[in-house]
Amino acid sequence: MDEINSLMQGFGVALTLPNLGFMMVGLLLGILIGVLPGLGGANGVAILLPLTFSMNPTSAIIMLSCIYWGALFGGAITSILFNIPGEPWSVATTFDGYPMAQQGRAAEALTAAFTSSFVGALFAVLAITFLAPLLARFALEFGPPEFFAVQMLTFCSFVGMSKEPPMKTLAVMMLGFALAAVGMDTVTGQLRMTFGFTELLKGFDFLIAVIGLFGIGEILTTMEEGLAFKGKSAKINFRIVWQTWGQLFQYWRTFIRSVLIGCWMGITPGGATPASFMGYGMARRAAKDKDAFGKGNIEGVVAPETAAHAAGTAALLPMLTLGIPGSPTAAVLLGGLLIWGLQPGPLLFVEQKDFVWGLIASMYLGNIVGLFVVLTTVPWWAAILRIPFPVIAPVIIFICAVGAYTVHSSIFDVVMMLVFGVLGYLFKKLRYPLAPLVLALVLGDMAESSFRQSMLMSQGNVNIFYANWLVGSLMAVAIFLLFLPAWGALKNLLRKRETNAHLHQ
Amino acid sequence: MSQETEGAGPGAGLRRRGPEAGVALLLLTAGLVVIYDSLRVGIEWADDGPRAGYFPFYIGCILVLSSGWNLARTLLGWRQDTKMFSQWSELRDVGAMLGPLTVFICAVPFLGLYLPGALLIGFFMRRHGDFGWLTTVSVSMGVPLVFFLIFERWFLVPLAKGPVEAWLGL
Repeated sequence: MDEINSLMQGFGVALTLPNLGFMMVGLLLGILIGVLPGLGGANGVAILLPLTFSMNPTSAIIMLSCIYWGALFGGAITSILFNIPGEPWSVATTFDGYPMAQQGRAAEALTAAFTSSFVGALFAVLAITFLAPLLARFALEFGPPEFFAVQMLTFCSFVGMSKEPPMKTLAVMMLGFALAAVGMDTVTGQLRMTFGFTELLKGFDFLIAVIGLFGIGEILTTMEEGLAFKGKSAKINFRIVWQTWGQLFQYWRTFIRSVLIGCWMGITPGGATPASFMGYGMARRAAKDKDAFGKGNIEGVVAPETAAHAAGTAALLPMLTLGIPGSPTAAVLLGGLLIWGLQPGPLLFVEQKDFVWGLIASMYLGNIVGLFVVLTTVPWWAAILRIPFPVIAPVIIFICAVGAYTVHSSIFDVVMMLVFGVLGYLFKKLRYPLAPLVLALVLGDMAESSFRQSMLMSQGNVNIFYANWLVGSLMAVAIFLLFLPAWGALKNLLRKRETNAHLHQ
Repeated sequence: MSQETEGAGPGAGLRRRGPEAGVALLLLTAGLVVIYDSLRVGIEWADDGPRAGYFPFYIGCILVLSSGWNLARTLLGWRQDTKMFSQWSELRDVGAMLGPLTVFICAVPFLGLYLPGALLIGFFMRRHGDFGWLTTVSVSMGVPLVFFLIFERWFLVPLAKGPVEAWLGL
């Protein structure tokens, strides 16, 4: 039980007074970010990242990951009370959460949402505790071809699994890779795609892209949807919490189902948003009374929240062990690790034991503390949303601009943020997914270097990617996922032909 | 987004096919630029390994193919496509945000972050809210001031400043 020992040491690292303080600050900031439209986990962490450059990495990651947990909790508040999802992954929570609030059962819905989030996260952290060291040990044997195969699998699973049109997923992903390639090539020292602009020498920073795409893009879409913050008020007292907890036990099947969906979607980079929809859909399909969903069924709150939080947490597993983030927010955290001089990947578990286990321990603590913080402070967060939109909107824009500027102290970045913002708005309206773009931008250099190293090893021969069973099977699964949508389209076409043929007979 | 198409009234709006084709064309152009530049730096194999354009070249190719596919689909379905992008009134709301936002960003290189930020907040509060001058001024000055204290004093991270801050001696 090596893991238990390491975890106990981790608690020793996380349970110091300053770290607990950072945890609280992170959680409160995170809930605030989750409640405000236009600020979310990914861009919230991106904006605050530059402030942590001078901090000790362990404290910094504890604070930033707590922002992430806070944002996951906070998204549920606006969905239930205001019918406005503060985060994309809480859209599914509005389906039953808001009707419950309308029926005067807001406190019950909120308790259910927070508790499910907590349960989802807890099981995902348990999975991380016991799976991550195994995976890391396994991945120590990986060479460049294996890493490229894993990265290939990551990107192909976006094409195969996402709900958006596969060709659009592919196009934005390639845009991300292309943007990542801009600037100086680290191997040959040549300048790529800078066209004489000195600002482009360093390339595009993904933090700017995240702030623009998710922050500014989100504000523009919110404008379009029109903002009428007409919310229900909520007071949570201990009795209701207790009653709801008692009631939640009967949904253990829903919990297990959503935890499994969430962990799976988090580890393979589906992310929290599709996980929440899948969790909701599966709960509905399995339920006896399908019509109760959408009208204020507590199970309709439990299912998506558990799945979203499990996915959000599990997304850190591949980030820590393989250096491949499972969600945009995990990607931003990965960027942070690189800036603090920590190379994510299997070696992290060997060389930075204190850091890794401190982080994992903080996930347990952060979620327990988060549950209590969020249960006790709900009315305040609801009050924040009553601040009029003409104040909130420009303040959020200002925060985004400040965040974009502080990454490199560059005004050019602020301008780029606007460009990414407009792009984000267009992409969102036209159903281009944003997550693959961000992940490609983060992983572009890594994927390129592992591809090049593999090619060097084999002197340009592609068969290095099926040289042994591990690479071969990873690649096979990747290619299978890549062509999954094509197979689906082909089947549809054949079926149409058949029915047409029948009609003609 | 319903099936509504042309005509005046609140239901009228921009059809989806225009922006759809525009974005696909933009991505296609980006792909061509990537291919062009990769060819410039060399896509073949040098003495010490693959040249700088080796990997991006394939990225550019896939980008061209996938966005070409999206463009072709939009163009082929041009007449049948009646889906809406947004209603005009919604687009006006987006414009009401995008306009001041663009002015704000354009002012930042000249005036720094603080003053344009204050003006942006003040503009929104007067234009879209019914706040008195006193509230407007105190909020719009207060927010940048709080940021100044947090960033420059507490975390020692300097933000962009312009002539006004220089004149104030900050």
